[in-house]
Amino acid sequence: MIALLLRDIRLAMRAGGGFGLGVSFFLIVVVLVPFGVGPQSVLLAKIAPGMLWLGALLACLLSLDRILALDWEDGSLDLLATSPLPMEGVVSVKALAHWVTTGLPLVAVTPVLGLLLSLPEAGYKWLIISLFVGTPALSVIGTFGAALTVGLKRGGLLLSLLVLPLYVPTLIFGAEVARRGADGFDTTTPLLMLAGITCGTIALLPFASAAVLRVNLR
Amino acid sequence: MKLKVSDLTIARGGIPVLEGLSFALDSGQALVLRGPNGSGKTTLLRTVAGLQPAVLGRIDVPPESLVYAGHADGIKPTLSVAENLKFWAEVFGNKDYSHAIDAFKLAPLADRPAGALSAGQKRRLGLARLLVTGRTIWVLDEPTVSLDAEAVALFATAVRGHLAAGGLALIATHIDLGLSEAQVLDVGGYRAKPLAENDFDGAFL
Repeated sequence: MIALLLRDIRLAMRAGGGFGLGVSFFLIVVVLVPFGVGPQSVLLAKIAPGMLWLGALLACLLSLDRILALDWEDGSLDLLATSPLPMEGVVSVKALAHWVTTGLPLVAVTPVLGLLLSLPEAGYKWLIISLFVGTPALSVIGTFGAALTVGLKRGGLLLSLLVLPLYVPTLIFGAEVARRGADGFDTTTPLLMLAGITCGTIALLPFASAAVLRVNLR
Repeated sequence: MKLKVSDLTIARGGIPVLEGLSFALDSGQALVLRGPNGSGKTTLLRTVAGLQPAVLGRIDVPPESLVYAGHADGIKPTLSVAENLKFWAEVFGNKDYSHAIDAFKLAPLADRPAGALSAGQKRRLGLARLLVTGRTIWVLDEPTVSLDAEAVALFATAVRGHLAAGGLALIATHIDLGLSEAQVLDVGGYRAKPLAENDFDGAFL
């Protein structure tokens, strides 16, 4: 398991692994927002939590098809399926590797990007907390989507269509935590909901992903 | 250690390809599968490896004893040869992979990225993976594709060593590996009869 995690992280860091891709995409999206809505900092500050969450979500989506498709193409997935590792463990480790290489960097660069959107000072803490709590769910749900589309050639678009609706609850409560935090309100309820969604997906979805993957490998 | 297949029917894409297949392998024995393209050798191997369910029949394999090698080698192009082998060794709970490097003469290539290898060198790396798994039943699909004569000899030596150590091998191949002790099974004789076309209504139910 640890070997698989380290391999996936190493692969992501190597050339063509797409490690910086999500973060760069996030940066571009956030830089484009002021061009689209205009430079009034009052308006930007109001929409900043939602935009940052949306940007992080899309950046996460961008790298989902790499989670399993590459292993499928070169046959590693067949070999992993016949290895001693349980399939549930394989998909969980792959989701974790995706989070480490995509979700964590997004959390790390968010404060800088918050500055670009003149996020209110009180919002930084809550934005980072909400992303830290919410992005694991994005990776786990995304791995499920990747497992569903693994046998398809160029299934990236279908993957997005399947996964985006499943991201809705995470987005709603994640953005709500950040918005309430920025406005100085109490964030307990949405934060608990967000954490609940994350824990639920981590607990349940690996079983679904593994089952789907077994069917797709036939 | 015993691999036993009895009265097996297998299907690909819902269409039965082989039926009534039975064979048994004991420690130290190898079985070479032959048959024309599309006769179901790969499907049989994937079924034995547990990647797809059998339609009918039984496959008795001791748990945690089988390793499968398909058409694709599962090599990561950006990892070096040694890193690829090390990964598979760790997945199968082993540490040492040097004997595999020696057996397939990969030492001069050990630090090279696997993406820079030729097709035959990649295959050698894929076959070296079998040695690091420490599993007793090898299920191999066309293992000698793109190997030169010398590498085929290396592979035959590896298989022989594996059998001598009490291993089993189930190999689908077209070329003669020089394994005189191996039994040969032509799957062509087990071709499944086409399904009767009376299930027209069933397709809509």
